[in-house]
Amino acid sequence: MISINDTIFFIAFPSLVISFLLILIRIIKGPTLADRVIGLDSMGYIAIGFIICYSIYFNSPVLLDIVTVLALISFLGTAAFAYYIDKGKKDD
Amino acid sequence: MIENIIVVLLITGSTLILISAIGILRMPDTFLRMSASSKASTLGFSLFILGAIFFFGDFGITFRLLATIIIIFITAPIAANLIGKAAYKSGSKLWHKSKTDELKDTDID
Repeated sequence: MISINDTIFFIAFPSLVISFLLILIRIIKGPTLADRVIGLDSMGYIAIGFIICYSIYFNSPVLLDIVTVLALISFLGTAAFAYYIDKGKKDD
Repeated sequence: MIENIIVVLLITGSTLILISAIGILRMPDTFLRMSASSKASTLGFSLFILGAIFFFGDFGITFRLLATIIIIFITAPIAANLIGKAAYKSGSKLWHKSKTDELKDTDID
């Protein structure tokens, strides 16, 4: 069985980076605004994953408060963008 | 023992996050992309947070992170629903192989 630090360094961080790049391709390509908003929402979750991995790797639970705030802020941003897509379509 | 549990949680979470990202890139439709984003990544990041709970094992950290898991499980479906409804109303097309469209006859506002 491999250790926790090896798991984070060789599996969790690379998978987060690869996911970040794939979602970045989708945000750049995305045909509509809704696709880009979905990508940005997922990027907020990937930031949560980076913070979790950092705190486990360096054994410092100081940053874990940010995770709660970031989950809430990510939801608020998505809700605001959904409202904007809705109203922006209705006005023109 | 607790180390093995954390390793399994982290590997499962990484796999789910990677599958979710591939789904976001490769799915043919806005709604299918939204589905991949909201389901797989919710479970993946909840498994990450569960790994952090098992790693630290402190009372305050455990309750804060459990609250975070509950927040993610409540807000991710709401956000997906809002985005899907806004995308449908702004006229994004369904995939040509999608069979059912339950909102076609209704007049959502």
